[in-house]
Amino acid sequence: MKYESQSIAKPYFIAAIGLFVGQILFGVIMGLQYVIGDFLFPEIPFNVARMVHTNLLIVWLLFGFMGSAYFLVPEESERELYAPWLAKLMFWIFLVAGALTILGYLLVPYATLAEITMNDLLPTMGREFLEQPTITKIGIVIVALAFIFNIGMTILTGRKTVISLVLLTGLVGLAVFFLFSFYNPHNLVLDKYFWWFVVHLWVEGVWELIMASLLAYVLIKVTGVDREVIEKWLYIIIAMALISGIIGTGHHFFWIGAPGYWQWLGSIFSALEPIPFFIMTLFAFNVVNKRRRDHPNKAATLWALGTAVMAFLGAGVWGFLHTLAPVNFYTHGTQVTAAHGHMAFYGAYVMVVLTMISYSMPIMRGQKAANARAQVMEMWSFWLMTVSMVFITLFLTGAGILQVYLQRYSDEPLSFMATQDKIEIFYWMREGAGLIFLIGLIVYIISFFVKGEEVVLLEDRVKS
Amino acid sequence: MRETFTKGMARNIYYGGSVFFFLVFIGLTVDTVKRIPQTDNRENLTEEVIAGKRLWENNNCIGCHTLLGEGAYFAPELGNVYTRFGESTEAIKGFIMSRPADGIPGRRSMPQFNFSDQELEEIAQFLKYADGIKIARDWPPNIQG
Repeated sequence: MKYESQSIAKPYFIAAIGLFVGQILFGVIMGLQYVIGDFLFPEIPFNVARMVHTNLLIVWLLFGFMGSAYFLVPEESERELYAPWLAKLMFWIFLVAGALTILGYLLVPYATLAEITMNDLLPTMGREFLEQPTITKIGIVIVALAFIFNIGMTILTGRKTVISLVLLTGLVGLAVFFLFSFYNPHNLVLDKYFWWFVVHLWVEGVWELIMASLLAYVLIKVTGVDREVIEKWLYIIIAMALISGIIGTGHHFFWIGAPGYWQWLGSIFSALEPIPFFIMTLFAFNVVNKRRRDHPNKAATLWALGTAVMAFLGAGVWGFLHTLAPVNFYTHGTQVTAAHGHMAFYGAYVMVVLTMISYSMPIMRGQKAANARAQVMEMWSFWLMTVSMVFITLFLTGAGILQVYLQRYSDEPLSFMATQDKIEIFYWMREGAGLIFLIGLIVYIISFFVKGEEVVLLEDRVKS
Repeated sequence: MRETFTKGMARNIYYGGSVFFFLVFIGLTVDTVKRIPQTDNRENLTEEVIAGKRLWENNNCIGCHTLLGEGAYFAPELGNVYTRFGESTEAIKGFIMSRPADGIPGRRSMPQFNFSDQELEEIAQFLKYADGIKIARDWPPNIQG
């Protein structure tokens, strides 16, 4: 570790992994509720489990992004973090606020939570993914501003690299677009239209900048490929991400009462959205093939390659599958959407955070890379989680296609609940795959504690 | 690619492309906001409907249901429930009212929210208003949602 203040990332990553475990536990609960409808009812109804599942995901990814930035930025800027104390303070504020919010979901009915947090003063609750009480949302804004100030001052007073500036752009965008979560008009069409300014412009916009810059950073480190080459790739990727993704927001405006031209704009531009992910895959394999050193951290390289491939499959391929308006007419709001959501979030954002953790954690623990046994274990967890996520996605896609046929396409459409009964087998298989994912996550955590001989440094062994 | 396509060119495409398409997006958004009064059923956005939307939000209905296809996929689409229930707000109220507090053994069941008569009317009116929004191609494909 070049700079002392990089180690602030460590608590952020530990918290991220802890919340990740919570997310998956609730995922397994929900998966069971899909087939055993009264499981934990009425104590933890499905909507509560889902809220915990999705909100924990968002919070732990934010922890992951922040930790990644705190590790990456001092090194890129060639100086210590501007205000380490602020980063430590914000960690505790964010952790406590996050924990209280989740406990609030679990311990009191949602309507009571809305009441005690005085939602009526500025009603923002009860919209998908933005279920947090208004006070929590204000807390998120404060933490984000303090974080961006800290990171921004470090970058602006130090060496400015393309990677750190792209990361900063993504983080500022994240904070700016979150502000739309405070706009909740009575008019349902307007409400839905601007809700996507948070959700879409995050995950199909500025988060891609964050993701691409983190990936580029790790690839520079593990391959030793010239920065100039990597930066060019980075610019191409994020250019395509924004050129396709901004107007691509239109694929959410098909069926919410927005003008008809969105069917064309949304279809055409979102059909281009796989391109940046495909370039990312080319990029990752290209630079790993052209590596100028064999970094001892094989696990981090595996995660980096895996991120590129799975993001392309989950966000790119599974997104394209149902993005054209004539197809989406049938698939909108079915299990096809759920299938895409799972693999896209895992492939793009979960895996890029795990890539950063894999690269940086050993360094923060005083090694260049984890010992060989620990790395093998980590790679096992990579395959367990990744393969089971592929199967979760395939089973949900199967469920979704059948759902579309039975409920929306056939000559004698069945009701929603009758359809759900017919596709139960897919939900059972998904639950099985979900349990394998949980096992993979446990293996992942164990890998941090596996002892073994320290890896021998093979410093910058130039490939012939 | 190395010789002819430089980093500077890639950077210019990034800046130029994202600024251009962001401005286009803002323009389209202004146009959309101007046009949606034709479809968004705002003439029926009464005080009762507004109260119903607040109830919809404060009870996290979106955590199980979809509304115009957005939300969770655990329970039926409600953007057309008014039509599906025979254009009867009474039928909607009756369904919500009759949910057993302890659920149904082995099955999915909506929680019992213990709404007052006034609240039931508000939520039903909100769902009726949502059903009145004019959607492209009359989505969903059929009455089952």
